Amino acid sequence: MLLRVAEGIGGKALGATGRLGRMGVFLAVAVRDALVPPYRGRDILKQVHFIGVKSLFVIVLTAAFTGMVLSLQGYYTLRKFGSEGLLGAAVALSLIRELGPVLTALMVTGRAGSALAAEIGIMRIGEQIDSLETMGIEPVRFLVAPRLVAALVSIPLLTAIFDVVGIYGGYLVGVKLLGLDAGLYFGHMKTSVELADVVNGVWKSLAFSLLIVWVCTFKGFFTERGAEGVSRATTSAVVISSVLVLIGDYVLTSVLL
Amino acid sequence: MNCRGRSCDECFVGEPEGAPILRLVAVDKVLDGKKVLDNIDLDIPRNRITAIIGLSGAGKSVLLKHMIGLLKPDRGQVLLDGVDLFRLSRKELYETRRRFGMLFQSGALFDSLDVFGNVAFPLREKTTLGEAQIRERVHVILRKVGLEASGAKFPDELSGGMVRRVALARAMVMDPEIILFDEPTTGLDPIIRNSILNLICRTFHDHEFTMVMISHDIPDIFHWCHHVVVVHGGKVIEAGAPKDVRNSVNPFVRQLVQGDIEGPIQLM
Repeated sequence: MLLRVAEGIGGKALGATGRLGRMGVFLAVAVRDALVPPYRGRDILKQVHFIGVKSLFVIVLTAAFTGMVLSLQGYYTLRKFGSEGLLGAAVALSLIRELGPVLTALMVTGRAGSALAAEIGIMRIGEQIDSLETMGIEPVRFLVAPRLVAALVSIPLLTAIFDVVGIYGGYLVGVKLLGLDAGLYFGHMKTSVELADVVNGVWKSLAFSLLIVWVCTFKGFFTERGAEGVSRATTSAVVISSVLVLIGDYVLTSVLL
Repeated sequence: MNCRGRSCDECFVGEPEGAPILRLVAVDKVLDGKKVLDNIDLDIPRNRITAIIGLSGAGKSVLLKHMIGLLKPDRGQVLLDGVDLFRLSRKELYETRRRFGMLFQSGALFDSLDVFGNVAFPLREKTTLGEAQIRERVHVILRKVGLEASGAKFPDELSGGMVRRVALARAMVMDPEIILFDEPTTGLDPIIRNSILNLICRTFHDHEFTMVMISHDIPDIFHWCHHVVVVHGGKVIEAGAPKDVRNSVNPFVRQLVQGDIEGPIQLM
């Protein structure tokens, strides 16, 4: 009985270690293929359009309402301490340090990450990835590397847009709706936000970009068993990426602070 | 029904020239805990059509994937002109694959590309040809498979037979030495099936590629090939000229060739 339990635990541990190893090798190959020429410029641009441009609307919408709700909550909380003048700084720091990178990564995971997993998964079950291999084309270089580069370019830019739109969403509620002075809103922001905050936000969004493309393309690339497999791969790609973004955020915050 | 009023085995009556182009030596493969290939020894003759026949799940597709290096054997060697594919570096293996063309059962066309784009794809990716030369070459190949007018269609607009013809065009466009076919006629009606086989046969006569074809078209396939390999339970149980395989005394082969329900192969 005990032996069977130990065998079961050992088997699961071995399986998990194998999967982690495979993921590690996949990431290493993808990073190498992204760095070593020839670069697939046209494919990278296409993916920048898909991951970046096509996510713009949802990012702007999310950012605006995030900034607005932050401002609304922040205003009434800060007023209790007579510090509503710090609203602009509070909104900006929350967005630049945390919410901008995290929410952008989560929105891109939902919109583009799921599509990456599904598209590559369908190529796997339709034997299109095998077909690339038979033509002498390295599938990771062809499918994953351009998406990785495109995400590393697009997601930090989307994060920057998120931050700016969020700050103006906060301005709309704090200044236009609740009557806070515009100079006060932006003045404290200028004195509170430091370059290090912006740089930390950029590091986070770069790390999340890598994480999202890694998990989503890996899940798609190793899809098995037909349409159900694609559905399972897509769901787990989104869930795992989202959870890893949140865990990664905590780890990075503790390292970067 | 055949391409020049005679069957393939009548076109080449002599022995194949030279050493086999592909050789599998003592190949074993276990997938999901099941031994799919069991000590396979197999020679693929150069410039001939070889048919691999057997029941579904006998290991035929796995065998084909070993030949092009898509799957690595647990034991044994896959030799292409005497060179073990799995001793090559990754780069050398990808270069070696340029000697192959492969037609998958599903066609494996790229959904995002039209017919022209699918056929031009390997040329754009693996050659330095200019767009005008690519265009000319693709048009010649599409004419050969009777799809010159369908270049702008996308895979979801094509019939099953058309998909296979596009896949054949794509497999041929790089002028490979060896073309592998994974059930090129499965799921097609008899007329389309014969037209595909006819096309394969004519392609062989025009180019003399080495062809390896997995097929369930028994007994028709005996008219279309020069060499037959019978796989059962992960082993090669018979290999030779079509007439020899057809007249085999092996009860498994006899049952498979004759399609008998009764015999040593029990499905239920």
